[in-house]
Amino acid sequence: MDVNDFAIATVAPRLPRIGDAAPQFEAPTTHGTLRLEDFKGSWLVLFSHPADFTPVCTTEFIGFAKAQGALRQLNTELLGLSIDSVYSHISWVRNVEEKMGIKVEFPVIADLSKEVATLYGMIMPGESKTETSRCVFVIDPEQILRAMIYYPLTTGRNIDEIIRLIKALQTADEYGVATPANWQPGDRVIIPPPQTQEAAEERVQTEGVECKDWYFCTKELPEAG
Amino acid sequence: MACVNSDGSLSSSGLELLKLATEPVSPDTISRELGIPLFKVRASLREMLAAGLVVEKPAGYQTTEDGLNKVGTVLA
Repeated sequence: MDVNDFAIATVAPRLPRIGDAAPQFEAPTTHGTLRLEDFKGSWLVLFSHPADFTPVCTTEFIGFAKAQGALRQLNTELLGLSIDSVYSHISWVRNVEEKMGIKVEFPVIADLSKEVATLYGMIMPGESKTETSRCVFVIDPEQILRAMIYYPLTTGRNIDEIIRLIKALQTADEYGVATPANWQPGDRVIIPPPQTQEAAEERVQTEGVECKDWYFCTKELPEAG
Repeated sequence: MACVNSDGSLSSSGLELLKLATEPVSPDTISRELGIPLFKVRASLREMLAAGLVVEKPAGYQTTEDGLNKVGTVLA
């Protein structure tokens, strides 16, 4: 590390990581001034898009707006962000409703100061210094950052995957389990590996638990409802 | 602003909130009764508190005399 590298390392803000308390902020939005703490008690999907009135972002906003009902059933709110003004956001969401027939009901942060974008590391200077990338931060009801997804400017996000991610996190919290690749609600879940030899021996003999080996055991969850 | 406009007038959801809070009421109850997301209720109450339209009491938020006057002016 030379002197210049050291200088950069000392001034760069520490970006949030999974398991950190989500950085608090107060910001102007299309629903008035909101604080992160206003969402306490709900799951929150905080997501950024590069710019208003751009095609990929429009498809994503339509996707998020259509998903809002499903997300509400998961006690999850949406909060968008880009480095545009409130007036631009209002004009864009009105345009989306007028031209695409989809009403965007979630708030969108107007982050002209880039304060929130900087706090969360939403700007990828190698891609654009003036736009936020397609970032998703899943924040739990205690306002702990639980998951992050980053997509480049060129590629729209998969909204179904975001819903699946939230369902998986909520399932992990409720039942103390993990979820395998491509898990969907109703699929078997993974039981955390045993920590002792005795527990490993008991695990493979537990009724209702299916083990490929002592460290890889799955089970069904009780049906919801 | 979410519920108090720059000219001091209130949005329709702001007026509904003031009408509901004639007795102390919690943000959760307001959210449930008016069908407004809790985050929005909290933001609105913060604005109304700053504008002197509601006060915070142990049992919840209650509309002030000024708040009631706002409601009365609109209804009159």
